[in-house]
Amino acid sequence: MSLLEVASLARSFGGLRAVDGVSFSAEKNRITSVIGPNGAGKTTLFNLIAGSLEPDSGTVLFDGEDITGMKPFRVARRGMARTFQAIKLSRRMTALENVMIGRHVRSRAGFPQAMLASPWARREERRIREEAMKAIELLGIAEYAGRETGSLPFGVQRSVELARAIASEPKLLLLDEPASGLNIRETVGLAELIGRIRAEGISILLVEHDMSLVMDISDEIAVLNFGRKIAQGKPREIQSNREVVDIYLGEDDD
Amino acid sequence: MRRFATVLLIAVCAFALPPLLTALKAAFLLTQLTMAAYYALASLGLCALMGYAGQISMGQAGFFAIGGYASAYLSTRNLAAASGDPLVGGLDALGLLSRGADAYGNPSLSLSPWIAALCAILLAILVAVLIGIPVLKLKGHYLAMATLGFGIVIEKIARGTPALGGADGLSCVPAFALLPGLEVTGGRAARAVNFTISWVVLAIGLLALVNLVNSRPGRALRALHDGEEAAGAMGVDTARYKLNVFVLGAAYAAVAGVLLTHYNGSIGPGEANAMKSVRYVAIVAVGGMANLSGTLAAGLLLNFLSLRGVFGSLDDLVFGVMLVAVMLLSPGVRSRR
Repeated sequence: MSLLEVASLARSFGGLRAVDGVSFSAEKNRITSVIGPNGAGKTTLFNLIAGSLEPDSGTVLFDGEDITGMKPFRVARRGMARTFQAIKLSRRMTALENVMIGRHVRSRAGFPQAMLASPWARREERRIREEAMKAIELLGIAEYAGRETGSLPFGVQRSVELARAIASEPKLLLLDEPASGLNIRETVGLAELIGRIRAEGISILLVEHDMSLVMDISDEIAVLNFGRKIAQGKPREIQSNREVVDIYLGEDDD
Repeated sequence: MRRFATVLLIAVCAFALPPLLTALKAAFLLTQLTMAAYYALASLGLCALMGYAGQISMGQAGFFAIGGYASAYLSTRNLAAASGDPLVGGLDALGLLSRGADAYGNPSLSLSPWIAALCAILLAILVAVLIGIPVLKLKGHYLAMATLGFGIVIEKIARGTPALGGADGLSCVPAFALLPGLEVTGGRAARAVNFTISWVVLAIGLLALVNLVNSRPGRALRALHDGEEAAGAMGVDTARYKLNVFVLGAAYAAVAGVLLTHYNGSIGPGEANAMKSVRYVAIVAVGGMANLSGTLAAGLLLNFLSLRGVFGSLDDLVFGVMLVAVMLLSPGVRSRR
């Protein structure tokens, strides 16, 4: 059984069919990518899966459970973590504190325990800090841990967001255009990071515009155009798919 | 740790200031410092809600008044005439009633302040839940307006209900014995110990919030302030966290209202006034929003000056102007041109 199964998912905005009957699946321990030209419906599809948008029709199965239309926080609790195309961090909190929020779904202290600072809550707090530091070290940004996030370079902020997502130990990590705004050197670094995250046993669903990144690291690629899936396969198959080359890859070569 | 410095300072002051001020022949100041501590406590609750979670409430005075009025009403209502009633008899048998004498010297029988206070705080919590569920769906100034409306309704109820004393409010509120011999009450004899009680309560209230904001739920609150979408994506049930902190803020106000009412021995509808709510908001803003120590300092100082009559007839104006000034001068608040 696939980790994520999307079946006939559809969502319109006014008269525009942003996602129009898309089906695909993402397997465990794989990097699955969704590509397509601007306006192809990639981000809409992504938001439908993560629960930020409700679909008009279709279903999303995650780890065998129907999560269609479920609120994002419930989806997150089931082991799906995400990053945002436009970075969404708490700017006035330190990098470490931001990543500690990633441990929210893996910890339990509520208002009373926190206010009373019970020994149990303090132990949990220590564990949250340790696990967050592990994620920070995995991404190689330990030197920034104590800094306020708003003051960090853009590329580091992206890593903080990644660290926050993986700190939740997700089954599936959704990355929404993680290379956007990064320079070539940073993009190469990102590819290496994504590989490292997969090595931790985290499956990845990547929505991306940057072809070089996708072709290098993906196990499986689905191609969207005008809200429809026009192809799916291994990177090599996608690269040699006539239709894909025409509508998508061709645009850069002209 | 540095985080607990203010808590420690307040706790030390709770015990050090009475002898110090007595030695300086300024013990009369303890009265206003006691009252200022209770107002500061209500401000701290609002700081958690507004400063950290980013949910503005213009109804904090309403919750303060619910606490104060409910405790005053329950602890002053004379049940002597109904002593034959099985419910009253049962409460009496459980030791939950206290006997005294009313203003005319007739014997009275009323709920003991502990029970009255607990009921008052629970009532404020219940109201906060019922109000919070619908209004917390609103954002920004819409939330401010809805909570302002709530505060106005509470004041109208207080002013218009004969059983709550109308414009006069409730008086003859009995002393509240927290422990045997440790009473929240006015009067010169109890002045020093009441100052200590109020500042210890304030220190405990502050400590709990310092713990909260540096914890899992505290981070969730700060995260939802900075972006509900990102917080939700990290598994934070934003609606529930907003409600929790709204109720917490209301509970702080209610505790403050209960204690100040027993300290003063009375409460009037002015405590529920919208201008009082503006004060709480102004204090959190002057204190630096997401800043518990700042809110505490502003709450103590400004309320103390106000209670000493330093602002004279410009009292409300001072708080209003301060709020406007903070809003104009804070970085990132003004729209860019």
